[in-house]
Order: sequence, then C-alpha cells, then structure tokens
Amino acid sequence: MSQLTAPKIVTSRIGFDDSFTLDRFLATGGYEGLRKALTMSPSEVCAQVDAASLLGRGGAGFPAGRKWSMLRKNDVSYLVINGDESEPATFKDHLLIERDPHQLIEGVLIAAYALQVNQAFIFIRGEFALGLERLQSALNDAYAYGAVGTKILNSSFSIDLVVHPGAGAYICGEETSLLESLEGKRGFPRIKPPFFPAAIGLYGEPTVVNNVETMSNLPWIISNGGDAFAALGETPSTGTRLFALAGHVRNPGVYELEMVKNTFRDLIFDPALGGGIPSGGRVKAFIPGGVSAPWFYEEDLDTPLGQGQVADKGSMLGSGSVVVMDDSTCMVRAAWRITRFFSRESCGQCTPCREGSGWLERILYRLEHGEGRVEDLDLLLDLCDNIAPGLSWPPQQTTICVLGPSIPSSIHSAISHFRDEFLAHVKEGGCSYA
Amino acid sequence: MSALTPDRRTRAEHLVALYPEKRSALIPICHIAQEQEGHLTDELMIEVAELVGVTPAEVQGTVSFYDMLRIEPVGKYVVSVCTNIACLLAGGEEMLEHVEKTTGTRRGGTSSDGMFTVEEAECLADCDVVPCVQINNRFVRTTTPETFDALAARLRSGETVTDIPTSGIVSRVERSVGLVADPEVVAQERSALRASDQKATS
Amino acid sequence: MPEQPESSTTVSITIDGREVVAKKGEMVIAAAENAGTYIPRFCYHPRMKPVGVCRMCLVEVDSGRGPTLQPACFIEATDQMTVVTDSEKVKKAQDGVLEFLLANHPLDCPVCDKGGECPLQDQTLAHGPGETRFIEEKRHFEKPIALSELVLLDRERCIQCSRCTRFAEEVAGEALIDFLGRGDQVEVAMFPDEPFSSYFSGNTVQICPVGALTATPYRFAARPWDLEQVETTCTGCAVGCRVAVQSSSGRLTRLLGVDADPVNHSWMCDKGRFGFEAVNGVDDGNEELALTDPTRRLTEPMVRKNGTLVPVSWSEALSAVASQLKDAKEKDPQSVGAIGGAQLTNEGAFTWTSLIKGIVGSDSVDAQLGDGLDAQLVLALPRATIDEAANACTVILLSGDLREELPVLFLRLRHSAVEAKNSLIDLGPRTSALSAVAKVRLPARPGEAPLVARALAGDVAAVTQLKGHREGHTFGDEDLASAQHLLGEDGSGVVVVIGRTSVAEDAAFVESAARILHQRYPNAKFLPALRRGNVMGALEMGMAPGILPGETSLAQPGAALRSWWPLVPGIQGKTALEQLAAFGDGSQEVLLLLGADPLADVADGALVERALRSSGSLVCVSGHGGAILERADVVLPAAVVHERAGTTTNIEGRVSRLGQKMVAPGLAWSDWMIAAELAAALGAQWEFTAVGDVTDQIAAVVQGFSGISSNALAQPATRDGVVLGSTAAPTTAGLLDPMATPGMVSAEEFGLGSYAGIVRGEEQAQAPTSGAGAPSLTTSLSSGENVISPALDNYSLRIVGTHTLYDNGANIVGSPSLSALRKVAVAMVNPYDLDRLGLATGDKAKLRSGRATIILPVEADAGVLRGTVVLNANVTVHGAERRENPLASLVDSSLPVNDVVLESL
Ligand SMILES: Cc1cc2nc3c(=O)[nH]c(=O)nc-3n(C[C@H](O)[C@H](O)[C@H](O)COP(=O)(O)O)c2cc1C
Ligand code: SF4
Ligand code: FES
Repeated sequence: MSQLTAPKIVTSRIGFDDSFTLDRFLATGGYEGLRKALTMSPSEVCAQVDAASLLGRGGAGFPAGRKWSMLRKNDVSYLVINGDESEPATFKDHLLIERDPHQLIEGVLIAAYALQVNQAFIFIRGEFALGLERLQSALNDAYAYGAVGTKILNSSFSIDLVVHPGAGAYICGEETSLLESLEGKRGFPRIKPPFFPAAIGLYGEPTVVNNVETMSNLPWIISNGGDAFAALGETPSTGTRLFALAGHVRNPGVYELEMVKNTFRDLIFDPALGGGIPSGGRVKAFIPGGVSAPWFYEEDLDTPLGQGQVADKGSMLGSGSVVVMDDSTCMVRAAWRITRFFSRESCGQCTPCREGSGWLERILYRLEHGEGRVEDLDLLLDLCDNIAPGLSWPPQQTTICVLGPSIPSSIHSAISHFRDEFLAHVKEGGCSYA
Repeated sequence: MSALTPDRRTRAEHLVALYPEKRSALIPICHIAQEQEGHLTDELMIEVAELVGVTPAEVQGTVSFYDMLRIEPVGKYVVSVCTNIACLLAGGEEMLEHVEKTTGTRRGGTSSDGMFTVEEAECLADCDVVPCVQINNRFVRTTTPETFDALAARLRSGETVTDIPTSGIVSRVERSVGLVADPEVVAQERSALRASDQKATS
Repeated sequence: MPEQPESSTTVSITIDGREVVAKKGEMVIAAAENAGTYIPRFCYHPRMKPVGVCRMCLVEVDSGRGPTLQPACFIEATDQMTVVTDSEKVKKAQDGVLEFLLANHPLDCPVCDKGGECPLQDQTLAHGPGETRFIEEKRHFEKPIALSELVLLDRERCIQCSRCTRFAEEVAGEALIDFLGRGDQVEVAMFPDEPFSSYFSGNTVQICPVGALTATPYRFAARPWDLEQVETTCTGCAVGCRVAVQSSSGRLTRLLGVDADPVNHSWMCDKGRFGFEAVNGVDDGNEELALTDPTRRLTEPMVRKNGTLVPVSWSEALSAVASQLKDAKEKDPQSVGAIGGAQLTNEGAFTWTSLIKGIVGSDSVDAQLGDGLDAQLVLALPRATIDEAANACTVILLSGDLREELPVLFLRLRHSAVEAKNSLIDLGPRTSALSAVAKVRLPARPGEAPLVARALAGDVAAVTQLKGHREGHTFGDEDLASAQHLLGEDGSGVVVVIGRTSVAEDAAFVESAARILHQRYPNAKFLPALRRGNVMGALEMGMAPGILPGETSLAQPGAALRSWWPLVPGIQGKTALEQLAAFGDGSQEVLLLLGADPLADVADGALVERALRSSGSLVCVSGHGGAILERADVVLPAAVVHERAGTTTNIEGRVSRLGQKMVAPGLAWSDWMIAAELAAALGAQWEFTAVGDVTDQIAAVVQGFSGISSNALAQPATRDGVVLGSTAAPTTAGLLDPMATPGMVSAEEFGLGSYAGIVRGEEQAQAPTSGAGAPSLTTSLSSGENVISPALDNYSLRIVGTHTLYDNGANIVGSPSLSALRKVAVAMVNPYDLDRLGLATGDKAKLRSGRATIILPVEADAGVLRGTVVLNANVTVHGAERRENPLASLVDSSLPVNDVVLESL
C-alpha cells in the first residue's frame, strides 16, 4: 500500500504555472528558510542538517552533514552545485531547476552560510537551455531582491553566486570532473586521493560539491527543523526523495515520495504514481537507480525505496531514476544501448574504461545484429571482470572514477539473468524482438 | 581585430570577471562565440584563447571534449534525438530514422539546404515525454512523427518559433550584475564571525 | 625509546613479502623500483607529475584496510604498507590493461621505429595473451601527420598516456599539443597552422612509450638492435646535458637524454638532440662540397699555395705553423694569438693554452668572442650550481633569454618557478621565456644594468637617474621594493644568473652590475650564463688574457704548473676583439682560430672584415668548412663532438666525460693531438699517448682539478661528473628509468676506448672531491670601474643584440633538419615606437648606425622596451647570403652602446 501522506518538501510549488518567479516564490514562503538561517549561527545550521540526516541526492548518497564537516578550514573555499544531471533516465533536477529555481538558490545560500563560503557556483547541464534561462533570471531577481550579494537580507553575510553552463559531457556529473570543467578544462575526473574535494577542490581550494536536489531540501529543513525531516522515512534514509520513473509505465514522471515507506511496486503500479505497465505485460527487469546500477527483476518489486534496502539487494538507489522494461524488451539491445552510452561518454583517461567500453559495445552490437559467437558471452564477462574485478557490488575498480566499473552493471545483469536470450541471438542470427 | 562582435566581446569580458581564474570562463565564452556562426571557427578559438590566457591548442582540445561545442559548421537547426534507454523503449531509434527522412540528412550530417543538422543524442533528461527531441537545445516535445513533421515544416517555411533561437544560443538571459561581494568586506565578516564563534565555544 | 632520526624521512613497507625502506612521500612505483621490483607502466614518468591514467601499474596495496588494486604511480608509500605486485589478481589486472591497449593498437611493429625497444611490445611478449580476442575493426587514422618539422605523429599507435602533452604543458610550458576528442576517439593534436615548434619537441619522441611520435631525423634510420651507444655530455651549449649517443652502420643516428639528476633531468633541447646531423655531414660522396660550405667536413690538412688551399700531409701543415710559432717565440711572442676554444675538450683547451702561453709565451688567448664576460670576474664570483639555482629562494636573471641560449637551464629554472620553489627577478632588457613566470620584472635597458643593480642595492640616486630616461622608468617603486624584499639582508639563498643581456653593448655594464650585486649581497652566488659548449672548461684552462689554468693570474702560477710550463707570459695578452684589431693593423702576425668563426660569432662586422683583409697568417683548426676558409692560410682538420673522448666543463664547473662514438673522418685529429704535435715541434717533451694522459696531467698540475683523473671519472659515482670546488662527494641518481630512456638499459654503457689501460697507480678507484682553487682572482671583484652609457637622443633607438637558438651556428647550418628552422633577421620594436614611426609589422625599414645603413623588416613586439630595438645575432635576412649579418653590420664594438635611427623607406 502506497504511503502518499508525506508533505511535499521540494515539489510544493510545481503545480503553479508561475512557480519559477520571485513573486510566486515569495508568496509561498520563499526565502523564509534563509532568513531563519541567517539568525542562527553557521554551526547551528550545520547541526540542523546533521539532524536531518540528509543523504546526498546526486548518486552516491553520502550524508550532506558529514561532507560539510570535512571541509578543510581555509580562508577561501567554494561551494559547487552539481546540476549536470546526465545519468540516463534521471530527470528530477531538470524539474527543480526549471520549475523552482529560487528554491535551489535559497538552498545554496543556506549551505553557503553554513559553510561560510563566499563564492558558489551552480553548474547546470548545458542542454538545459530553458533551465539556464529561468535560473539566471531568478538569480538576477534574487540579487535585486538582496538575497544574494553583499550583506544578504541585511545580515552580515556576503556571497556571490554564478550560474555556469556545462557543454555536454556526462562525465562532468562526476564531481572532480565537474570541477575540472568548471576550471575551463577537459572534464577529466581527478585521481584520488584526495578522496573528497573538501580537502582539495576547485582551484585547489577546499570545496563542497552537492546535488541540486540535495540543496533544494535545505529551505524546508531549516524552516521545519532537521528533526521534522528525520521523522520522515527511516534512518538513514530520511525525508522524501524524487523518483524519476521512465520506460514501460503508464505515467512516467517525477514523484516525490517519502523514503522507505513505499516500494518499487508502489511506484510502478499505484494508479496515482506509475499506473502500471501500458501493455499489460510483466516487468521483465527494472533499473533501480540509474543505468550505472545493477538491474532488478520482478522478484525485487517489493523492495522498499530506501538506500540501504536497495544496497542490501546488490544494487543502488543512485540518482533515483527507475526504468521499467516489460517483457517485450530485448535484453541484448538494452545492454548494448547502455554500454554504448558509456563508451561514448568515457572521458578517455583510463585504459580499461576507454578501450573496454568500446570493445564491449562492439561485441554487444555484433550479438544484437546476428554476428555473435557463443564464446562472446564469456568474453564479455571476462572483459567486464577486467574493468571491475570480481563483478561484485559495490564494485572494485581498475579505473580512476566509477564510470568504469559502472559499465559492467547492465552487461553482467543481462547475461546472468537472460543468458538464453543471448544464446538465442547467436543461434537465430539476430534479434527476434524487433 | 576581434573575431567576436563587439557586444559579444564585452559579454565575454564580463564573464572572465566572474571567475577567480580566467580559464573558468572558457566554456561560457565558447557558448557565446558559438552563437555567432553556429560553430567555433579557428579565429574564434584564437580569440577565446587570448581572452582566457591559454593556447589555441588548449581551447581546441577542451572544446573537442564537449558535445555541445562544435568545430565543424552546423545547420540552422540542430535536431537532437535521444535514443538512450528510456527513449529506446519508446521508439527513439525509429524516431531518429524518421527525423533523418524528414530533414533529408543522416545522423551526424547537415541537410543540403543548411537547415538541419541531425544528431543522435544521449539522454537529455526529459524522459517522461518520449522519445525526446531537442532543437537548438530546446525541448520541443514532438513525440510523434506527425508532430515533428509539422514543426519541421514551420521551421523550413522560415517561420521563427520563439522558443527555438538560433543554433548555438544557450541562454538568452544575461547576468545583470557583476560580482558584488567585496573580498575585503568578506574578510572582515569572516574574522568577526570567527571571533564570535570563539567566544561561543570558550 | 630514543627517536630514530631517519624515521621522519623514511617509511618501511613490504613489497612482495620483502620489507624495504622507502622515502617518505615517494610513490610506490619508485620505491619498488629502488628495491629491485619493476612495476610495468606507461604514463608514469619520473620527472613529471603522476596522473595514473594508463592503469598499467595496478598492484595490490594494503594500507590497513585490506588489499585493493591501486596504481603504484599514484600511491605514496606509507609506513607499514603492504604491496603485492605478483599475485594472480595483479597479473589479471595488468594483462587486462595490456589487452585493452592492444585492442586499438596497429600491428605494424615490423615497420615501426620503436620496434625492438617498445615497452608495449616487450610487455606483450613477456605477459601478453598469445592470441587476440579482439576480432572487430581497429580504430583508423590517416598515417603519420606532422606535428612540426621535426616530430611526426602516428595516431593509430598512440596509447593516450599523455606523456607528450604533459611534457609540452608541464615541462616546456608550451601547450601547443593537446588531446582532441573524448573516450576512445582521443588523439593528440596541434591547432591548425600552429605547429608544435618547441625547442624541446624531441623530448616527446624520447618519452613516447610506443612509436606514435617519431623524429624526422631518425625515422627509419636504424633498428634499435643495430644501435651502438656511448654515454657522453652534449656540448651544444654550456649546460652540458648528459646524453647517450647512438650510431648504426657508421653514422650517428640518435641522441637520447640521460637522467642526470644535477643537470638535465633527462631532457635535451632539439639543437643538442638533432645537431648530430652536422657531424655526419651531408657529403653524398658524389660531388665534393666547396670548402666554404659549412656542411662539409674537413678531412685533410691544407696549406695555401699560390692563392689556393691545397691538401698536404700533416707534417707539412704542422711544420708550416710550427715555424711561425718558433719565429714568434724568438722575436715577439705577442705577435701570436688564438681565438676560440669553447669547442675544445678540456684536454684540447689545456694543451692549446700550454702551447701558446707556456711554450710560445703569448698571453693572447681568448675563448670568448667579444660576446662573453670578463673571465677573471666570472671565475672569481662565488659560483652556484644548476641545482643551487633551481633550489634558490630567489634568482636574479641578468642574462639573455635562457631558452635561446641555455635551453635546459631554462627548463630547470622554469620548473622551479612554476612549482613556486623560487622567485625570479628578471632584469633582462626584453621579455624572455622566463618573464612570464617571473615574480618581478625590472628591465634594464642597454647600459642601465649597473643603475638597476645600484637601485636594487638601495641607491636612491640610481632610481632618479633611471627615471630621467627619455622613455621614463621601466618599473615602478613597488616592483623595486618587492625585489629588494626577495633579496633579503645579505643575499643568502640568492643566485644571480649572469650572462650578456646584449651583445651590442659593452660587457662592462653587466660586469659592473655583478660587482655591485656582489658587494651589496655578498652571500649571493652566481651562475654564469655563458653559451658556448665548453667555454667554462676553456676559461678554467686559462683561455683568456691575464689568467692561467686553475683560476690564477699571470702573476701567481701554481707551483705544479710552473714546473711543467717552460715559461709564463709576462705581459697581459689581447682579447679576441683586440686581437682582431691587431691582426687587422698588422701588429699581430699569426692568428689561430680554434674552432671559432669570427664571421659568424663576432658582433662587429667591420672589425672582422678589416682583420681578414690583413696579410698576417691565419690558421684555422676546424671540423667544418665555412666562409672563413676563403681567407685561411693553413687548415688543420679537427675531430668534432662525438668523435673525440676527453672531458668537458659546464656552466656550473661540472667536469664530465665525453664519449667517443665515431672515428673522425679522413685525417682529422683530436684537438689536443694537434697542439701536442706543435708543442713537440717546438721542443716540448710531453708524453701524451692518449687523451687520458692529458686528463691526468690536468689533474696533476691544474689547481682545483686535483683528483679529477681519468680513472676517477670512470667510476660509476662520477657518471654525472664532478663539480669543481665542491667538497661533497659526487653521487649519481639511482636507476635510469627504462621508459624515460628507451634502449639504454641494454646497450653498452660507456665507449671511452681511449681511456683503456691508462690507470695510474696512485689514483685509485675512489671518487674524487676537488679542492677549491686559490682565490687569486678575487681582486677583479672589487675593481668596479664606473661605466657610463651616453644618453639616448630623441630620434634613435638603442640596440639590444640577442641570440636565437636557431641561428647560423655551425651545428644548425650543418644539420639539414635544423637548418630549415633557422630564424631570419627582423627588427623587433615596441608597438608604440613602431606606431610613432608610421610602421607596421612586416614593413621594411631603414636602420642607420654610424657603421652602416641596412634594410630590414620590422615586427611589433610588446616585449621590447620603448626606445630600444632588438636584433638577433648571427642571422640573415630572408633569402640573403649567410655571410650577411645585419646586427654585425650595424654594431661598433668600441662603443659602450649602439644606437640606430629607424626610418620607413
Ligand atoms: C559518472 C558519474 C556521473 C555523475 N553524475 C552526476 C550528476 O549528473 N549529478 C549529480 O548530482 N551527481 C552526479 N554524480 C555524483 C557526484 O560525483 C557527486 O557524488 C554528487 O554530485 C555529490 O552531491 P550529493 O552529495 O549532494 O549527492 C556522478 C558521479 C559519477 C561517478
Ligand atoms: S573511469 Fe572512465 S570516465 Fe572515469 S576517469 Fe577513467 S576513463 Fe574517465
Ligand atoms: S597509471 Fe601508473 S604508470 Fe600509468
């Protein structure tokens, strides 16, 4: 049974046509969270975020409060917001940026105040042209309103905020690649250590990188208190979360749901949510958290929408994107297309990722197009194993960033569950789904 | 002689001023430079290099990393059709083939009349209105062959569709202010706050 | 428990079960290598920042949280770390990377220059899969494209290790190549019409781990297994990079930089790397080249008879010269003089000085050609090493553009400046390649160096004087204050790089500035930026008027030397310029040119022309042809670099060995042998049978060289040479990185055949530490006469005469690959001045000095100071004959500074 009683924390204004304007924002409690935060000390604001146990919404699910506490004390430090949203079938930040840009700005200002950061950047995926325009207009209005700039809202805190457009490269969602890109370079992820930009980040200075949705939660958390947020969901997966539902469902879209209280079945089948599979068919497989995640199957539908619950079953909630594939879907084709995505988006630094992704893609292409050999299945798995030794989850890696070990997820999932389908492709010399 | 038009040159200089290090403005300036002719000519890259203090080879190298920045000329309208997983499941591949037919060019190519460049895109993050099509980075939400053809016909007839600016334009909204938080003011605030923090903890 | 002192700098780690000690902060890959475990790698280069991208070096590392695969090139060794390099898991990961690399790599090894010394090939052979599992089409690119005139790129072979692009950006500071594209489409590219024309481009070829980058001079020249190799020191300039020189089928084929820690860190410049072509010569055997052709090698002694040079036997040529020397010795030793010596070995320099000073009795020997600095001053100033300069807190640049003159010194200093290890104060009269990384720039116009030095020393009057210049002050008061701040109280931790900022002004300006800085900042050290190959060795051997071997004055010959030389000149001799003048007016009868070519090297054309019109006897000791031979009376063919063994001394006073790879062509002899034969003809009883005997004689009689015997230099610890005056025992860096110097591990290490069998009994196998020489030249430090430059009038521009690496020097002209890159003459002028004159870049203009009026194209250059014009030495106007030398036509070396009027045609 779906639990749809939780408050809308980040999507409360989405229903208004003018949700992106300053007027609507102010009329619906906008900048109140910031005002309140400015009356508190920075450490009190941090304490609230800690109490909320807000997990990062960008993919890795790292607690925001913990990340903030790691920020190296320094005269100059930066806050960078990750709005690159390029993980396939993830489209929640897109909504927040276009439809409630002021909420995002307010969240960023609260974080900046808490971290005592005086310059922040919002990195927005370049393809979000409308989002960039809405956000830039909102920022201009916010400057004019006095919420950004010198001594914001008559406090003793000053901050500048810059909206920075990306230019089309999935890898720039990876936080260190994003920083390189923001520095005007090729988006090559930085090698670790240091493991967090909190030590060495933008321009070599301490930097916090957080996701758009993570930031958008802050106004509510400050207005209502961290405890109120933590009361929703189940520790450690607290609050609500945006789920981007796509694929074979009747009502694809973004849904804000209380964490843990609902299951994938609720999300996909509840008439108020996904509404079930249009063809009336069955769920053959679904991706629980972006294409980097190992797949789930019909038997996993009752898994609750919680970070730990999904991890326990060997996958991840990741970016909150759920892709449903019904029984009309060719699994070879799905795996091929996802692998092709990684191959096109590999930055090209690490040999296993750069060469491996292309090689895997070409083998899968052959299989899908009837040129496959039986031995290709083991070859695929062995090459995957050379990228992510052991093919376990969370993966071990031979690469700098986790794009590399994400490549095997779909291939390993598809072959382990649908080996016969692959063999049929070999035997029949092609795909019988087309 | 500036390869950028004077107003774009001014905008570019404003951008440089927004960042602690010049090179950060490289990509935003390339977006602006690209508005001019739809792609980055050698002359434009040389000027970007000069503006942000790197070599032209570095500008070219950086530009070539990013899908949206183009070194080759493109048509007036760049049509991007997503075939990634959510769109694939909704017929993105078929949609792309249809777009190729309507515009008369293969993916990666430009129609002979210079109207359309067609691209196969990776996920564009609009996965609930599928298959997803963008024209000049605007979501046009033509999910059927018929709706796409109708829009293409309007564009071809020379009609200007306000939602679809010239190729290369990423944002029509300019930043209205420069940086305002004076570093000295910031430093004062910081030390004041540190002092009060110290008092609070001791 | 007492604290162990070394615990702060070392850590203990376990590698494959063995406990080893590693330096703190050292990468695991280096620690393992030092412990004898070689971890395969492609992208890691010990002289560049690690990037960890190729993933070939994956090993299992356990720092307490369980073993994980980590790139050994990017993980610092920490205490108690466990590293496993030979497990199944490691093997699988490494084999996987190798297989991935081969997926897109073409199988053209049989025609690849790298075949036989290719780490990719070697590792595939050692561990790779027997058969490919890759059956799809490989990536295809058009075959080699030219990145520059010297470097070709075969993109299919590239494994994206980024060594070349990182070198260009990180080491050379010229990001002219970069990656293009993303993912497996990545390729290395330059910007259209902006080739990778860097003086250091050859290094990328050396460090490319596969055959993607090849050098045009070496392409298809040899197979690595046919190469023979010796280690030697490059004498292309006075940095003295340690290199390996290779040959195949009797021709030199390639030079590779050797990783000498105190000197070149494995790098070389392209002039040094590709200049070997000049040694091979371009004689195709069909038609003899003219004697005036600089690409021609000289193979026989010649004497002028009836107006033509005709080949003669050595004995005839030698007796012709010997009789003139004998005459002079008896009548007037001052009528003999020698110019040049920087191309000689230490042994050559020593024997020639001994001949002319110690036997004939003339002090007129000068290794510098009017473009150097007072030898006594250079030798007396407290000298810094290259390492000291690179590690100094502050470096003052009072020299020409180091990238043009001493390229690898430029790399070393640039690296320290970029890494913020030192602060540069740039006093050069025009911006140099180092200006961009300098902390402060206090440009001194021609003639102003002493004023700027006085300003630095705190003299307010000097500042006022500088402000009085027609064009005003070249720097602000804050710049001066911050420079003074960087110099501290007494100059401790300061190194002054001192050379000629312009060859069109009197050397006295820079010399005076050096004295002022030395007096004000007594703890500052000086690194001489003198350009020519073994110029320091020549000066140490006394090849300058007024000094004797071992940094002593005529008045104070060392006892050992005194006992060996029959006599010591009593009168101070003439400098090179004075000799030319004297030869011109007949007061000097014999002029010996020891590898020097005044036509190319002296910045006063009229002086040289006058000298050559004289009737005196001109003797040329040279390896190559040249215009000067039109005038020579006797030609003595000499072996050149790579054809002779011995030792050389670099700018910091480092004595290192020269390896002989080739036999000199025809009848050419080593420089020292020629002098020795002449000495014998004059009755000397030198017992030299091999070059090592001369080396040992130097060690025996020259102050400061004691202990630097041939045997001592042959020890492994002195592989990088010995610094004169240094009391520290010489050390050599550990293992050569086989990736940094491909092929070098397998080849013969040293080929100094001529050293064999001359081990002297008493000098056993210990490494030498040379004692400091007697400080007998220090008087030159205080005699700071005040040189004054006349004020600049309202119409003229003052000439700054600079050097460019690709000038008409013999190595460049003689090497076809480099010859094409030669710079042409243009007048570089500040845009403001150019505007004022109504001229624009590319226009031709008239330059009028007291000496000549010439026509040159002009070029706007913001790095040129207002009121000055910059002209390169030894270059010609596009299309003109090589002998034309615009700078030399204009300059009068007797003037303190040279001015020109610049007008549109
Ligand atoms: C290949 C790759 C792509 C990523 N893409 C995104 C993205 O588009 N947006 C995002 O917020 N985080 C993305 N991440 C996660 C970021 O690296 C980072 O963890 C996140 O922005 C931190 O914000 P959070 O703590 O608020 O979640 C990506 C990570 C990887 C490895
Ligand atoms: S894993 Fe792939 S995307 Fe990540 S740094 Fe390496 S090559 Fe780039
Ligand atoms: S990753 Fe270590 S050598 Fe390349």
